[in-house]
Amino acid sequence: MNEFYYIIPFIILAAGILISLVIEMYFTSSEKILPWFSILTFLASGFSALFLVNNVKVVFENMLMSGGNVNFFIFIFNLGAALVTLLSIDYIKKYHTYYGEYYILLMSSVLGMSLMAGAKDLIVIFMGLEIMSVCFYALAGINRNKLKANEASLKYFLLGSFATGFLVYGMALVYGSMQNTSLEYLFLNFTKFNTNILFLAGLLFILFGLSFKIAAFPFHMWVPDVYQGSATTVSALMSTGGKAAAFSAIIVSFASVLTVVNTNVFAPYFGAIAVFSMLFGSIVAIAQTDIKRMMAYSSIAHAGYMTIGLASGNSYGVSGIIFYLAAYTFMNIGAFGIISIVEGKNDTNLTIKSYAGLANKKPILAGLLAIIMFSLAGLPPFAGFFGKYYIFIAAVKAKLTWLAIVGVISSAISVYFYIRIIVLMYFKESEEDFVIENSNTGLLSVIIAVLFVILLGIAPNSVINLISYFAK
Amino acid sequence: MTIPIEYYLILSGFMFLTGVVGVLTRRNAIVVFMSIELMLNSADLTFVAFSSYLGNSIGQVFVFFVMTVAAAEAAVGLAIIIAVFRNKKTVNIDEINILKW
Repeated sequence: MNEFYYIIPFIILAAGILISLVIEMYFTSSEKILPWFSILTFLASGFSALFLVNNVKVVFENMLMSGGNVNFFIFIFNLGAALVTLLSIDYIKKYHTYYGEYYILLMSSVLGMSLMAGAKDLIVIFMGLEIMSVCFYALAGINRNKLKANEASLKYFLLGSFATGFLVYGMALVYGSMQNTSLEYLFLNFTKFNTNILFLAGLLFILFGLSFKIAAFPFHMWVPDVYQGSATTVSALMSTGGKAAAFSAIIVSFASVLTVVNTNVFAPYFGAIAVFSMLFGSIVAIAQTDIKRMMAYSSIAHAGYMTIGLASGNSYGVSGIIFYLAAYTFMNIGAFGIISIVEGKNDTNLTIKSYAGLANKKPILAGLLAIIMFSLAGLPPFAGFFGKYYIFIAAVKAKLTWLAIVGVISSAISVYFYIRIIVLMYFKESEEDFVIENSNTGLLSVIIAVLFVILLGIAPNSVINLISYFAK
Repeated sequence: MTIPIEYYLILSGFMFLTGVVGVLTRRNAIVVFMSIELMLNSADLTFVAFSSYLGNSIGQVFVFFVMTVAAAEAAVGLAIIIAVFRNKKTVNIDEINILKW
């Protein structure tokens, strides 16, 4: 069959980007058309990916893979981006910063993420990563009159391209030592090269570059600043889609190596960054007063939990990470969504104290946020619990029980700052007096996200069975 | 007489290190950005050197992609630096510190 059939999700997204460029140019009412058009594109691309999930095939001269978990990833990216677009409609009105590029950049970044998930060659990983990152640099500073947004995008840009430098240099070293850039070739000949110092140094450099994008511990400096400074809706996409895409790239480029080869060469590296990210993220998050910074540190901690799956390096770990990423995407979009609704004009109501007494003012929002916080803290029966559960099981099966124990300790610490918000909302009187603007589309998006959090918590088995069927 | 591959690798390694040191020590956003470009170019040099040494063209193809991406990054990056300069009248990254590092 024609190879184009297998990459329909990519084609829909790319066509959507081109059409929306035209819409932006010729329609004066593009502010009303574009968000709905991009949501339509995201849903079409996402559901076509889900529809094609059984057609596992490597296409275009071993460059791209389609079907299986790749399509599952594409579905998550697109659904997440659709929810973020729903949130953006009222958020952009609130700040009076409509630029047509916003939705186009959002769609392009999702195209980059999908390429990363489907990559079968170092070139495709690199291109996907850069399409995504360049869009994010611009998106972080989309509110170009606000100094905080400028600063966030400058920091993200400088540190992000610094990481890209490492990534490309690593790819050059890998290419030089194995004479090829195909990942298939890398898997097949991994044992031949794994004593070659140049090859291992190259892989380590690539890992540095990707660890930056997943926001793991030594490479986390940008995370709090960028999440705090950029628009809340953009932070929602960066913390979920960006992280998930970088993990998908690590999974395609490394996890198959780890599962094929018995000795997991990179287990010490992954173990170390997992431990440090989890503990650092959970402990520093306690001290935060700004809710977006707190979510940023919590995002570092979550990167740590997912890295445990990479350290264990078995197929349980891989499917655990994918499940965790799906759960995390919906939890975080829900959390940032509520932050973006509560947030007032000019960056007001962004401290943790603003949430005091929310249950009296907005009982529905408070209830939704409580579910999300319970899920982020990893309490059953929500999605976050099963994400952690599958990851820790994978660690135990790989005889890395100590890593699972550190993970449990760290999630016990993190319960403190998640539950603190619930306590504030329900048991404290409101100190600041402000009115929360209603946002129907925003509320709809949060409700959908919470529904998925509950759904993944009630029926985790069917999802994990599907994922692990494709992971083998 | 052809130049041995080691010379290219040492040169590109040195360029890469210069870039890394430049990013870590310089404080002007434009100079930091130039250092990052130096890192990308050192990777390009490595690719081309290996490509010529191994006699296959994948490396050269890769270089084209890296150059394209570097150009796109330069466009977005300089735009961001200009946006910062408009609001803050400085591009010194030590003074751009409303958000804690």
